[in-house]
Order: sequence, then C-alpha cells, then structure tokens
Amino acid sequence: MKSENKTWFARGLRAGVPIGLGYFAVAFTLGIAARSAGLTAFQATLSSLLLNASAGEFVGFTLMSAGAGYLEVAIMEAVANARYLLMSFSLSQKLRPETGLIHRLILGWYVTDEVFGVSISAPGYLNPWYTYGAIALACPGWAAGTCLGVILGNIFPASVVSALSVGLYGMFIAIFVPPARESRTIRGLVLVSMGLSFFVNRASMFAGMSSGIRTILLTVILSAAAAILFPIREAKNDAA
Amino acid sequence: MQHNVYIYIAVMALVTYLIRTLPLTLVRREIKNVYVRSFLYYVPYVTLTVMTFPAILDATRSPWAGLAALGVGMILAWKGASLLKVAVACCAAVYLLELFL
Repeated sequence: MKSENKTWFARGLRAGVPIGLGYFAVAFTLGIAARSAGLTAFQATLSSLLLNASAGEFVGFTLMSAGAGYLEVAIMEAVANARYLLMSFSLSQKLRPETGLIHRLILGWYVTDEVFGVSISAPGYLNPWYTYGAIALACPGWAAGTCLGVILGNIFPASVVSALSVGLYGMFIAIFVPPARESRTIRGLVLVSMGLSFFVNRASMFAGMSSGIRTILLTVILSAAAAILFPIREAKNDAA
Repeated sequence: MQHNVYIYIAVMALVTYLIRTLPLTLVRREIKNVYVRSFLYYVPYVTLTVMTFPAILDATRSPWAGLAALGVGMILAWKGASLLKVAVACCAAVYLLELFL
C-alpha cells in the first residue's frame, strides 16, 4: 500500500469508529426484527453483509415473513434504496475520473448514508482507501450487531439502546452543520429542508408515503430548486 | 414459507447492489453542466438533513431527549468538534436526560 493510501485508510478508520458503534446499536434492533420474521442468525447476518441497508433489510424481512413474491421484494427493495442511486451519482463526481473499476465496484457495495456522508465530506477528490477505512469498522459493526440482535434479543437495557440510536444522527449533524456555517446557501437549504421534512413527516396527507419515498422526493425537489436558484459557477472539486 | 429465504436474500442483495453501483461505474467523466453539478453538490446536505429531522425525535424514548441531542450536536458541530465527539455527545445527552424524564 502506498503511504498516502495508508494515511487515508487510517483517517477512514478514525471516522469509522462512531459509524461502527452506531451501526452495532441500530443493527441490534434490526436483528430483533429479523428474529421475529423467522430468520436464523446466519441468514440475518448474511443479509447484513450483502445489503448494508437498514430500511432495505427491514422491508425485506417484513415481506419475507409475509411470504411475498420475489418480484414484489425486488420492487420494494428498489424503492427503499432509491436514495443510494442519487448518492452513487454524487460519489461518482467525487472520484478522480481515472479511478479504476475495481475501486468503483467495492465502493458501490458500501454506499450507505453514513459512509457516503464521511466520504463526501473528505477534502478534494476522494481517495477510496479513506472509505475502505470507514468500511473496515462499519461492516463488522453492522454484521455483529445484526447477529447478536437475533441471538440475544432484548437483553440490552432500553436506556442504552435509546442513547446509542442517536449516534448515527449525531454523525449526520457533524457532516451537514460545518458547511452550513461556511455557506449561506447551504445554511438556508438546511433550514428549509428541516422545516419541510418536519411538515411532510407530520402532516396526515403524506401519511401513506414510506419514509424512503419522502426522503427521495424532498431531496430531489429541494436540491433541484437550490441548483436552479443558486447554481455554483466556479469549478470546484471540494464537495461534489 | 414456500419461498426460499436465500433466494429472497439474493434478490434483495442484487437489486441493492445494482442501484448503488450503476452510477458509480457508468459515470466515469466529470459532469460539466452547471445545474447538474450544483444539484449533485446539494444532494448530500439535503438528504442528511431530511433523514435527521424529525427522525431524531422518534429515535429516543422521549422526543425531548432527541431534541436535546439535536441541539447539542448542532452547537458542537458549529464549533468544529469532530464526528466522533458530536456523535458521543448526542448519545450522552440522551442518556443523561432520559434518567430524569
């Protein structure tokens, strides 16, 4: 490994500590859901290793226990994970154009909200090894949490699970607040996003919509509006 | 159930992997269009904000603890605290507050 890659991998590991811990806690609750859907610890852990998607797995487990058809599962999976398509587009612009196919195939396997978040907030072009460092802790945390959730069920006190569950949101906050401080446009965008998100999640007219669909719609509409109203003219590579 | 669990898992994994990998592998060049670039630049901030709020209020046993975590996290992040510090502070805020709520 080149020394530059080694440095980035180490930085990625550091960023991966809260992700791994947070994933462990969230996956633990996911494991409990998998258990009640009738999956074994092995099956649930395998799902977590292959999917790395909380909403996607949760939806899948629910459909499995209902005996849904494979096509239905495929469609629901596409809907629950559609936001990763946007993230993958975004990430494609964060990579050096000459980045090889193998790197792209590995990175694609782990486009999750949090790993994407830390990857996109790295300065300049993304060195894939930074993301690999984060994955090296996130992936075992997610898989082990799922596995133990199936095996141990409700053994953790609710107070600990409750506290750990905001860790992931804390990471999101640490990603979107600093740029909001630097840029008035992003600050406004963040505040508008919060307001509209609150409205859409609480208003009864949107109650039939899944949270995945809400996230996609809000993201597309607000980002498109911001792009039209505040296009970024100068060529800069620091965030997109 | 009459369906095979492993086929279920394979279907889920394949769909999820394709969604995540197609743009990354097919979009090899830098996009020049200012509006598309700007759109992709704004996407992560909107997505993360929308996923955080108001979901953080429902993540904890008491919504007030979630709100406190949001406040603590935003203040620390504004002051430039690291990812880990912000995440730990949010957890600590919830744990301490829920002792009393």
